[in-house]
Amino acid sequence: MSDRRVVISGLGPVSPIGIGRQAFAEAIKSGAIGIKRITAFEPDSFKSQIAGQIDDFKCRDYVPKSYRKSIKVMARDIELAVAAADVAVRDSGIKTKAIDPDNVDVDPTRLGVNIGAGLICADLNELTFALYSAVDDDGKFSLKKWGSTGINNLTPLWLLKYLPNMLSSHVTIIHDAQAPSNSITCGEAASHLAIAEAFHTIRSDRADICLAGGAESKINPMGLVRQDLMGRLTHSHNDNPSLAVRPFDSNRDGTAIAEGGAIIVLEDAERAKSRNAKIYAEIVGMGSSHGVNDKFEFDSDGRAISRAIEKALQSAEMKADDIDLVIGFAAGLKEQDAAEAQAIKQVLGNVPVSSIKGQIGCNGAGSGALDITTAALAISDNFIPETVNCENIDNDCPVNVATKLQQKQINAVLTIGYSFSGGQVCAVILKRYE
Amino acid sequence: MRRRVVITGLGCVTPLGHNAEQTWENILAGKSGIDYTTIFDASTYPTKFAAEVKNFDLKNFLDGQAYDSHKTASRNAGFALAAAVEAWKNAELNKADNIDKDRIGIYLGAGEGPLDFWPCVEIAVQAWNPEKNQLDTVKWAELAYQRLNATAEREQDANMSAAHISKLFDLRGPNFNCLTACAASTQAIGQATELIRTGQADIMVTGGAHSMIHPFGVTGFNRLTALSTRNDDPATASRPFDRTRDGFVIAEGAGILILESEESAKKRGAKILAEIAGFGSTADAFRITDIHETGRGGTAAMELAIKDAGISESDIDYISAHGTATTENDRIETLAVKNALGELAYKIPMSSIKSMLGHLIAAAGAVEAIACILAIRDQILPPTINCKEPDPECDLDYVPNEPRKAKVEICLSNSFGFGGQNDTIIIKAYKS
Repeated sequence: MSDRRVVISGLGPVSPIGIGRQAFAEAIKSGAIGIKRITAFEPDSFKSQIAGQIDDFKCRDYVPKSYRKSIKVMARDIELAVAAADVAVRDSGIKTKAIDPDNVDVDPTRLGVNIGAGLICADLNELTFALYSAVDDDGKFSLKKWGSTGINNLTPLWLLKYLPNMLSSHVTIIHDAQAPSNSITCGEAASHLAIAEAFHTIRSDRADICLAGGAESKINPMGLVRQDLMGRLTHSHNDNPSLAVRPFDSNRDGTAIAEGGAIIVLEDAERAKSRNAKIYAEIVGMGSSHGVNDKFEFDSDGRAISRAIEKALQSAEMKADDIDLVIGFAAGLKEQDAAEAQAIKQVLGNVPVSSIKGQIGCNGAGSGALDITTAALAISDNFIPETVNCENIDNDCPVNVATKLQQKQINAVLTIGYSFSGGQVCAVILKRYE
Repeated sequence: MRRRVVITGLGCVTPLGHNAEQTWENILAGKSGIDYTTIFDASTYPTKFAAEVKNFDLKNFLDGQAYDSHKTASRNAGFALAAAVEAWKNAELNKADNIDKDRIGIYLGAGEGPLDFWPCVEIAVQAWNPEKNQLDTVKWAELAYQRLNATAEREQDANMSAAHISKLFDLRGPNFNCLTACAASTQAIGQATELIRTGQADIMVTGGAHSMIHPFGVTGFNRLTALSTRNDDPATASRPFDRTRDGFVIAEGAGILILESEESAKKRGAKILAEIAGFGSTADAFRITDIHETGRGGTAAMELAIKDAGISESDIDYISAHGTATTENDRIETLAVKNALGELAYKIPMSSIKSMLGHLIAAAGAVEAIACILAIRDQILPPTINCKEPDPECDLDYVPNEPRKAKVEICLSNSFGFGGQNDTIIIKAYKS
């Protein structure tokens, strides 16, 4: 293993409570809540009608003029990733082709991309418009009619909106990033794994800088129903969305869908230092494991989480006592929050634990990148975030939940991501850079 | 010091066989796995044929209780499980005791499961409001809650192949899935190699699985005009590097490899099949729909892999081409190989088994890696069939139409993804 150290030198959150490092940091500290009644489509007759929605988002504001026509082949997930990358690169101060094409100060062959993606939902209006053209006289969809004429009602590049590697692909093109580019597709653990892999890509000298993270939008009728059928959403807060998502609280009964994500600029520490970059934190370790129950849902015994935490500590050569704060995944689900809390308790004892899901909901593959952004901010701005809506810590969640914002020097943060189904777990450790 | 990574097991399910040996035998016989589509009614589609895995039954790979636990697997996850069972046995991991499952991980480049097509289409059409030209989401939701079910939805996620295999073998090490289109499983093998090299795991189950032979998958590729439309002669439709090529043929299946640190393999006395010696990964960063005209991303991936393996260009005995049989890929891949290898490009044989298997999309690279390992074992190169009319822009040695006995110690395998991800691995005969 090389001695290269990897630091975070840029943050690009795109979230229901703010876009950009400063807006997001302020919103996290003020406990702002971005969960509202869905306006992206009419949510009546859905059992859950609320979401962490990003209002007034225009992708074109984050895309160079010459590339704007490509926005029409971007699903919302891709748009969010592209915007997050733009925000992150600007925050870092590096000049890629997109920022200043005449003064690029990054070697494109040493600039990598690694973005976690979800199962991107088709735009049902676009698709059904085409499907409806293949309905026979008897009112039924005809596959024969679809194959012969119906498919022509879809734009030729239709498939490209939905391939999960397109989040990375567009970002590589916009920023001229020619080093390794990957797309991790592991549900809610995706961006943790993407950031962990990018960390190793720099450590093993395959790139000097990586734009890493994840993005997803589940605010789509199909995305919503999928999550609801799998029993993950709260139905009891349609009238008071801001109280809906309650990590570790005794009255939690599910999460809310959301959209958003973040890109983080990871950089070889020597390079970042030599250009006097603002260094938010260092990534020092990761651990990944797996566990599912008989339904392939997350294993509620939490052993996979405790193993991932132990491995992360081991890879960072740290002890449990060295961790000052945990940014948990805790999305407000009954069994999952409890399993996570118990695993944290078992390995890390009484460390303060925060979850930001009460503020933003759960945006799938984008959630881990926002958690890691929050962890980096906790170190650079010296605070423990409040776990919004955790009013009565559940007996099943025997951890030291941070229920109030605290100003405090934080030197090391462990973050946890896991996939609701599929069982991937990843823990990442960030440390103050010295 | 980085650790050496060896291959100790392999398995696959392809249109030419439900295991590696049968697939390999048919490849060497130059057989085509392509025929008219039966999975759905494609009779009116622009492309009416595909390379399907026929008569597949997961029960043939998993015994009673295991089958019950995994019977909800989607088509691609079923292929992944079957290939993993073969690879696991091939590596004799079923007989190994004292292996630490915390040190065994998985890294797949597996695809999503197919959409639950008929319920999805029927509820969408019923909820369409033709007057407003938009979906009535209130009506749609009522129907969706009745018609869709949690299991079918869950099994569509691209991480489920890895989940099924991990559950079957209780793998508790690093757990990843990447989906970089047609490059995915080569990228997975490369990244799995890195995890072992850097000490994060001792054994990795890797490879990929995919099936896009479903009504929307074929729709998507037909709209992109990426597929061959040679409907009068499916068996010869996949014509890599041939002047008459007109697109790729969509296929399905899985390829799984067991990678292991040299130390771990030796310790348990495993039979070592070959070594993963090098990995190169790049992005084109050019256009969403086109490959860079000079093939720079592919060239760079090959150069990085060669450097990573510590070999020289002249050591390479065989190139497993990405060779999809699209006009652009084959022309530009040929150029990229020339740019990477110079004059040597004309001397090193390069073939595409997609001529027989079609294009397994995310799983393609894993099956091609298996072909490289078996080429090293048997000292024979698989052919490019249907390669009959020379294309002036494809003027390398594509091992046309017949397999060829040759000295094979070092193979370079390319996979290039739609969207610009390029991955190359170097597979080498193992010498201690």
